[in-house]
Amino acid sequence: MTDRAWRPAGALAFLVVLAVFPQVFTNATVSTIAVDTLIFAAAAVAWNIFSGYTGYISLGHAVFFGAGAYTVGIAARAWHTNGDAVFVLLVPAAAVAGGLAVPLGLIALRVRRHTFVVITIAFFFIAQLTATNLSVTGGSSGILAPSPNWEAATFNDPFYYVALGLLVLVTAGSWLIRRSRFGLQLRAIRDDEDRAAGLGVRTMPVKLTAFVISAVVTGVAGGLWFFFIGQAIPQFAFDPLFDLSVVVMAFFGGLGTISGPVLGALVIEPAQQWLTLQYSNEYLSEILLGALFLLVIIGLPRGVIPTAAELVAKFRARRQAVPGAAAGDMAAGAAAGAADGDADGEEARAAREAAREAGR
Amino acid sequence: MGRQVYEAIVDGILGGGIYALMAVGLTLIFGVLDIINIAQGILVVLGAYLSYALSVHLHIDLFVGLLITVPAMFVIGVAIQWLFIRPLRGRERTSMSLLAAYAVALIIEGILYRLFGPTYVVLKASYVTSSVHLFGFYLPYIYLYGFALAVACVAALYLLLYRTRFGRSVRATMQNQTAARLVGIDVNRVAAVTFGIGVAVTAVGGMMFGATSGGFNPNSGYDLISRLLAIIILGGLGSIGGALAAAVFMTTAEALVDIWSPDWAVVVFYVALVLVLTLRPAGLFGRGPARAQ
Repeated sequence: MTDRAWRPAGALAFLVVLAVFPQVFTNATVSTIAVDTLIFAAAAVAWNIFSGYTGYISLGHAVFFGAGAYTVGIAARAWHTNGDAVFVLLVPAAAVAGGLAVPLGLIALRVRRHTFVVITIAFFFIAQLTATNLSVTGGSSGILAPSPNWEAATFNDPFYYVALGLLVLVTAGSWLIRRSRFGLQLRAIRDDEDRAAGLGVRTMPVKLTAFVISAVVTGVAGGLWFFFIGQAIPQFAFDPLFDLSVVVMAFFGGLGTISGPVLGALVIEPAQQWLTLQYSNEYLSEILLGALFLLVIIGLPRGVIPTAAELVAKFRARRQAVPGAAAGDMAAGAAAGAADGDADGEEARAAREAAREAGR
Repeated sequence: MGRQVYEAIVDGILGGGIYALMAVGLTLIFGVLDIINIAQGILVVLGAYLSYALSVHLHIDLFVGLLITVPAMFVIGVAIQWLFIRPLRGRERTSMSLLAAYAVALIIEGILYRLFGPTYVVLKASYVTSSVHLFGFYLPYIYLYGFALAVACVAALYLLLYRTRFGRSVRATMQNQTAARLVGIDVNRVAAVTFGIGVAVTAVGGMMFGATSGGFNPNSGYDLISRLLAIIILGGLGSIGGALAAAVFMTTAEALVDIWSPDWAVVVFYVALVLVLTLRPAGLFGRGPARAQ
């Protein structure tokens, strides 16, 4: 299908745009927002690998984000790391976040739905309190990042390209996982965990693996964010707004899709940053942000990508089904095929129904 | 030491009554609507600010003010349910409603910041500062009044749920929504009213929280909701008796740990939660797999 050939080309073009972006827009405010957006995009894709694919909604991924941030901070202080070398500390950040995810996952993944959500929130508060009360994390005054020594004019560029690299890696990972047997098992768990278990999916190890992968990437994103912002204090390293933002980004683009979280981050993070810059003293940004989130949740309940895929499928089905009733089956097949790339079974079913109607 | 423990237990039980009231609202909403109202924490703070505004600007007594704030919070609750929770449909309804409630919480927090600023305020009244000599130590009157009121409210909720026609339809909806609809219960109305009641109790809880917490600001909602969530999960989601028991258990445990380390006392909530769930995933009084899922 033309659709298939078109997709990698689109992704490549998009990547080129992202790669030249800091060369074109050299304004410091713009590039700061751009770096933030890329970091959040990576975190949203990582969140989606676990929550989007398995249906276990985690509202505690800030634990891994903050763990990554503090790991880079503590390691840099202990080993006197400076400049480019700090980026190497993203490796221990990944290890700590991943290591933390194993026991947390073993506890939380025993329960489902609401209970799971609440447990992840509890983890979040435990992490925040721990960071506030321990001396190694600097208590409530937090920990400072080593200030990088590179040039002021292109200061944001190294952060930008590392963040872009992370985003590309995690998106590629998300794509590979979705196509793999492992991804299929994850989505089987989302649709019906008991049946998946009955069909031989070893649910606990599968869920835990996704949880750990997701945590590792979130930890790296947190470490990078810390180095970029220059400071970590408990309220911002473990930020309840981080949890909410990442989830809304994934929902905006489409839960469980590959490009959805990226799209969501590209729209929501700049909007959020802009609101904060514009209205931070008035607390109006918080009200507007909440309103924006509500708008996304109520206005686009299934996300942009699945809704768009469905519209395209319907449109094609209608066009192809014109010759008569006999074409109905063919159109249904085509529509289902069109919908199956990024969208899911549900969308494919909707498209098939649309095709059947059109064929009548 | 023995005296401190004794005091901590009394503190815990009295404080637990207040948390129980707030948690019952949350668990009731869960039972009927199958959603976690994550805005409950900030709604408690909103209730506290309403009492604050009434007492500071109109010089209305805190307890008399409840006659205004309880209906006001009921209306706010019904409005939130009608506007933001009801329109949600489809497979992801549960998680969407959680996010919607979160967004509502964010909006309320922003509004409170704009109206009252970030400074901590306390609710003042003669019975907040004066104490009664009881069982060998001093206790502010507000704890006694508050505890009595909390018990009365929980009893009223119990009567409403178990002795009225409306209560029967609420319980029917909690058990099986489709079946409730089939026997002619207006499930939408039950959901809206339940949400309203669940939020209305935050007016009472908020007043008590504002008078006993030693100061609150718009940011206090996070701390509250995290405790309330821990309580209702520990008690078993949807179980009213469980919420009561868990509230008293948690606040007592916190007060006891507070004796040797105030910094870590709050963590007790979550550690207890994690420990209990490791042993009993459905919570202490959970209804087994059907609800625990």
